[in-house]
Amino acid sequence: MSTLSPSAPPTASAAPPDSLWRALLSNRVAWIGVALLLLIVLVAVFAPWLAPHDPLQQNIAYRLDPPSADFWLGTDSYGRDVLSRLIYGARISLLVGFLAVLIAMLIGSSLGILAGYLGGWFDQLVMGLVDVLLSFPTLLLGLMVAAMLGASLENLIVAIAITEIAPFVRIARAPTIALKQRDFIEAGRALGFGPIRLMGVHILPNMASDVIVLASLWMAAAIRTEASLSFIGLGVPPPIATWGSMIREGFNNILDAWWLIVFPCVAILLTVLALNLLGDALRDALDPKLRGEKR
Amino acid sequence: MTQPMTQTMTQDPAVLEIRELRTEFRIRKQWHAAVRGVSLSVARNETVALVGESGSGKSVTALSILKLLPGAGARHAGGHILLAGRDLSTLSEAQMSHVRGNDIAMIFQEPMTSLNPTMTIGDQIIEAVRQHHATSYSEARRQALEALREVGIPGADNRLDDYPHQFSGGMRQRVMIAMALACKPKLLVADEATTALDVTIQAQILALLAQLQAAHGMSILFITHNLGVVAQIADRVAVMYAGEVVELADVDALFARPTHPYTQALLRAMPRVDLDTDEFRAIPGQAPTLASMPTGCAFAARCPSRQAQCEREHPVLQQVVGGVTGHMVRCPVRLEQLRMNLETSL
Repeated sequence: MSTLSPSAPPTASAAPPDSLWRALLSNRVAWIGVALLLLIVLVAVFAPWLAPHDPLQQNIAYRLDPPSADFWLGTDSYGRDVLSRLIYGARISLLVGFLAVLIAMLIGSSLGILAGYLGGWFDQLVMGLVDVLLSFPTLLLGLMVAAMLGASLENLIVAIAITEIAPFVRIARAPTIALKQRDFIEAGRALGFGPIRLMGVHILPNMASDVIVLASLWMAAAIRTEASLSFIGLGVPPPIATWGSMIREGFNNILDAWWLIVFPCVAILLTVLALNLLGDALRDALDPKLRGEKR
Repeated sequence: MTQPMTQTMTQDPAVLEIRELRTEFRIRKQWHAAVRGVSLSVARNETVALVGESGSGKSVTALSILKLLPGAGARHAGGHILLAGRDLSTLSEAQMSHVRGNDIAMIFQEPMTSLNPTMTIGDQIIEAVRQHHATSYSEARRQALEALREVGIPGADNRLDDYPHQFSGGMRQRVMIAMALACKPKLLVADEATTALDVTIQAQILALLAQLQAAHGMSILFITHNLGVVAQIADRVAVMYAGEVVELADVDALFARPTHPYTQALLRAMPRVDLDTDEFRAIPGQAPTLASMPTGCAFAARCPSRQAQCEREHPVLQQVVGGVTGHMVRCPVRLEQLRMNLETSL
């Protein structure tokens, strides 16, 4: 690893990890994304220590109080502290976003690799199903699945995961078709490697970067979908605080208490922005053609 | 090399024997043969070169031996492939994967793309070792290091954890050879293994193969279109044209007495130090396509000694009149000429 040549490696995915980090960290936009995301994750992890109040503690005396020294971001219609709910809500949003994308990524990229490698009727079947999934708008599909399964945290994760399988199938299938014709796969077959080893050890790592970039972008989408479903009332049931349900509750008092809606929206905006910045920067860092450009 | 064929044949049983191999491809819903009745044997420690132009079926023959052709568009349409007496053409895919890499190994043309860019070369050799032998990681790593040293990678100890892009083309081909020989195969199939390398590196790789062959004892089936390489490495040569072996001879006989018009034309088209030639003559015309294979001799359309019978009757491979035993040619016209010459000289 010490004698890296200055010229770019032959393919994007051939970049060894340390040069990827260097390329990523030389990008100022990536720093903003990474820092912002890190901040949000730390807030979520240390929620019990950071939250000034109990997020579920109702207090009629402080109903709809505007931001003050006691309640920095005001209180909602039950007198609950908005800041504390926002901090705890970060946990749900990140958990749902992360797990949903993880499930979609595992199922989607496995299916994509299998379809691309095996081809034939299996490929046609999988791609047909993917086209069906893609023909529904994400939110509508999530809404149908969530409504079918009922409102709970687990069902919400499953519903969002299903909406995001299709892009992962596609991003895994195309490079698999290209890779399976590459000489090192044929060389592997000539050495007696079986299909599972070829798919897992030789094809998957060569597309891992594409999949990871996609995952960071779709995690932002998952957080948005979670907020949308919670807003409609198909998300995590109350009284658990999620950003989407906070906006929903704030909606009733939109003319009297602007803080109920603005702060959760800003939280969603910042998280989605951070993930998108990170995803874009990762994509640029992995693309040797864009590497070395000043931003 | 100068030893007559008959002796090597009787002393060593064939490691690989191909009998009447026929491989077909599907083109527009019809099956067409790319390899048409190829018979060939490779004895222990022998190097047989398979020569021919692009599309002559030499690579397809190699891939057929290992059954590596794509299942959908290609099929085995007859003949037998015997590896030390065991018929590979009847083996299942699972049985075949034990043969690949273990009994028969293969190296390919493009060393730049034949290695996985995301794995260190050490891990790739270790993977090849452990595929067929239940050895511990540390033992496999020791063997991998040994293999790297043997193929002549300078500073092998420090290079085990390097990635393929840190190696030059020639060094990558050495790594490929180390992987291929990791399980000590009986037969090495080298498909245009030196074609993508420049001439000095090519000579080094050929010398390395000869040295490894002497050290471990293995047979080599060397596929190439480069007759210079053939002269350097082969014991015996099979010239292929349009999916058939048109001439089979030991290397000295082939270069001294090329008999088939195609072989003669090939030799005229190549620069030679041992002959005083000023001009290289290209072979006019093109090889027939798979879908339009003539009924008679496949070379007839381009042949300078073509006769009426050539376009009607399909020639068979026959012993060359007055040639060394085992020198076979698929051309009745030339055989007749040789017979006449022999009679007039008597």
